[in-house]
Amino acid sequence: MVKKWSERIYLGVIFLFLYLPILVLIGLSFNNSRSRVVWGGFTLKWYASCFTDETITGAFFTTLQITLAAAVISTLIGTLAAIGISAMKRKNRSIMLGATNIPLLNADIVTGISLMLLFVKFMNLGFVTVLIAHITFDIPYVILNVLPKLNQANRSTYEAALDLGASPAYAFYKVTWPEIKPGVFSGFLMAVTMSLDDFSITFFTKGAGVNTLSTMLYTELRKGIRPELYALSTILFLFAFLLLLVMNRRSDKQMTAGSF
Amino acid sequence: MYKLKKQFLAGPYFIWMIGFILLPLAFILYYALTTADGAFTFSNIAAIADPVHVKSIVLSLKLGAICTLVCLVLAYPLCMILSSFRFRHQSFVVFLFILPMWMNFMLRILAWRLLLSNNGIVNSILAAVGIGHIKMLNTQTAVVFGMVYDFLPFMILPIYNSMVRIKPETLEAARDLGAGSFTVLVKIIFPLTLSGIISGVIMVFVPALTSFVISDLLGGGKVLLIGNVIEQEFMQGTNWHLGSGLSVVLMLFVIASMALMNVFDKDGGGTAVW
Amino acid sequence: MKRKLINLIGITKSYGNNVILDDLNLYIRENEFITLLGPSGCGKTTTLRILGGFETPDKGQVIFDDRDITQLPPNMRDLNTVFQKYALFPHMSIAENIAFGLKIKKKSKAYIEDKIRYALKLVNLEGFEHRSIDSLSGGQQQRIAIARAIVNEPKVLLLDEPLGALDLKLRQEMQYELIRLKNELGITFVYVTHDQEEALTMSDTIVVMNQGYIQQIGTPEMIYNEPVNAFVADFIGDSNIIDGVMIQDKVVEILGTKIPCVDEGFGENTPVDVVIRPEDVEIVAPGEGFMDGVITSVIFKGVHYEIEILANGYEWLADTTQCYTAGTSVGIRVIPFNIQIMNKPESEDEEAAEIDV
Repeated sequence: MVKKWSERIYLGVIFLFLYLPILVLIGLSFNNSRSRVVWGGFTLKWYASCFTDETITGAFFTTLQITLAAAVISTLIGTLAAIGISAMKRKNRSIMLGATNIPLLNADIVTGISLMLLFVKFMNLGFVTVLIAHITFDIPYVILNVLPKLNQANRSTYEAALDLGASPAYAFYKVTWPEIKPGVFSGFLMAVTMSLDDFSITFFTKGAGVNTLSTMLYTELRKGIRPELYALSTILFLFAFLLLLVMNRRSDKQMTAGSF
Repeated sequence: MYKLKKQFLAGPYFIWMIGFILLPLAFILYYALTTADGAFTFSNIAAIADPVHVKSIVLSLKLGAICTLVCLVLAYPLCMILSSFRFRHQSFVVFLFILPMWMNFMLRILAWRLLLSNNGIVNSILAAVGIGHIKMLNTQTAVVFGMVYDFLPFMILPIYNSMVRIKPETLEAARDLGAGSFTVLVKIIFPLTLSGIISGVIMVFVPALTSFVISDLLGGGKVLLIGNVIEQEFMQGTNWHLGSGLSVVLMLFVIASMALMNVFDKDGGGTAVW
Repeated sequence: MKRKLINLIGITKSYGNNVILDDLNLYIRENEFITLLGPSGCGKTTTLRILGGFETPDKGQVIFDDRDITQLPPNMRDLNTVFQKYALFPHMSIAENIAFGLKIKKKSKAYIEDKIRYALKLVNLEGFEHRSIDSLSGGQQQRIAIARAIVNEPKVLLLDEPLGALDLKLRQEMQYELIRLKNELGITFVYVTHDQEEALTMSDTIVVMNQGYIQQIGTPEMIYNEPVNAFVADFIGDSNIIDGVMIQDKVVEILGTKIPCVDEGFGENTPVDVVIRPEDVEIVAPGEGFMDGVITSVIFKGVHYEIEILANGYEWLADTTQCYTAGTSVGIRVIPFNIQIMNKPESEDEEAAEIDV
């Protein structure tokens, strides 16, 4: 009994540590006072000004564009790469996977700097360089999500489809695709979240005029804290909550489906 | 024949990999090993021995180690409790513990700035109970706090995953053979989660060691980590060659710490990042 | 009679509304090979887990060696378990697995090494000390699990479907190994299985369970030859179970035919279950038996043929060494001694209550 209670208390304390800062942000976003401590009544005005603030909306749309474009392109390249890699001989495969691990294991700051050094040699830093950088660190997540599904997939089913007269494209669509689809989807989602959350690599590869939410917030935070940012935090937290809820549901379904 | 064709599907990625993974590494190595006029030199790398740089790398290693240790001490019991629950909504509870990780990194730091600032909530509470103001923001403690908050989920996930893989009957067998709770923990649970611990340690220690934003925003420019030194060489200073040299050194530290951790990981099964 | 080593008194266990065991009473004698036999969900594994200390009963007591151990945790009990899925420690070598319990008891190094060698010899895996668990086949892993348990010299070894994951041939081999082991060690084995053949081969005593109740306790011969009800008869081996009416003492009517039997005391015109084992069904020329029928299928089973005969609307199952062809008209005969008469249970509860005394 004592053990059970101490367990619950421990969970509660960690839970509080994780959520207290977020709850404070959410609370302040409705506070009709610039103070961080005094409650000045309920308001939605920070939300209103958050939606009209061009710095915030601009960064938001840039983030959206870069995230989606990077996720789509990296999912495409990464999925094809995973299929190619799975067909390779052991030696080539481990070389490819070794290189794929570099952006995952390397420090973000080093990845960012090395890309910047390359970019400034050939082009101006800007939207395109940020996009290329994001695609570069997104692809490994896609590959690592798709490859296990390909390895799980029964190799002979694809060959059986060919044997039964299917063209390679038809066999892929009918046999391989259904097996790797969950991996492609989770790879895409992971690419989205990595792009959304990235600061360091964007920071080094962006030009003067381009800002994602992360880099915009960095600049703003160095100047001071505006209440509009609380409203933005609340919106983004809800967004993350919903996104993860959907993913959680999906994986639950997969688990129940897998047990049959 | 079709197998050969299938391999070509990796072609676009192969080109991308050479252009944007390997070539940038070659660039940073080139900058690190040359002076501004292109002459070969080791001085950019040797510059790590400069007392200012030594101080910052030692501080980075220290704060990274503290952060990793705190995360491990917090996460391990948490994972044991979570994995011992065998109820229906288990995955939802685990989900709650990793959700904060999905909020923008910068906003999480913003939250801690709010909590820790001189006229912030923690200090207001402390003042209300009569303890008075404590300077918390712009200290090393604040930086460690922020790091722990940011990186804790990276420790929770791999340890939790290795913990739920332990079969209940393995623990029952140990109890059956006479092991008490403590023996079960030391002899069975700990060795079987070692690879998860190692992944967790790497996933927390590497970003903590190389971080520059957390120290910048919560340390107020007073906590100078090696990441801050490098960032300043690129964004404020002008010496890209020196910055590249220090980056290469940082890379070596990362590789060394991973190699060190892999020595403990006898099975070699736990180093997958996700 | 040997001493009663374990006594389960009034054990009741339920999960939520699901009653797994209801007032179960059972004793286990010293040096006995006792098998808990039944379909999945009958409560046999729960009974074993209560013995091992992994579950605590809601009501009732577990008496072991005259001591109440109901609340004692598994690590304090003088019995060891061989788990269904082996449950070997994957991070330890074979020697380390076997030494686990002995190290906790702080035995000397020499003693432990001796014991490991002895145990490996006992399970026919000499020289396997330093192999890893992954390099073993399923059967070998099971032997190690047994070795790991018996080095602790428990008074009772609990075995939870230990052969369930092995293939047929290996299973049969291991059955003889287990009998040999039990005789060499001279300890009590409590064995759980759903495989009636395993139970009949190895046990001194079989406990047939269904839906949380004990249906019958007895030697393999008793259980096979004199099942107390249709469930036991059906579960143990193949049977012809036919609805019948006891006309008077020594006469029963089945499928519209009156036949002689040896049973008495059922009263007159009482509905009963009639059980006849396939090997007791004799196939004779038409008109020579008590009933005529047509052979509908003949399957070669190696030692014998399994034959189905349609007679008076019932598909009879008969085992014989003689070959027939399908479509042949034949007669059926059973000697009175081989006809088993059983009371029909009026409901499941009554069926259980009747036996559970």
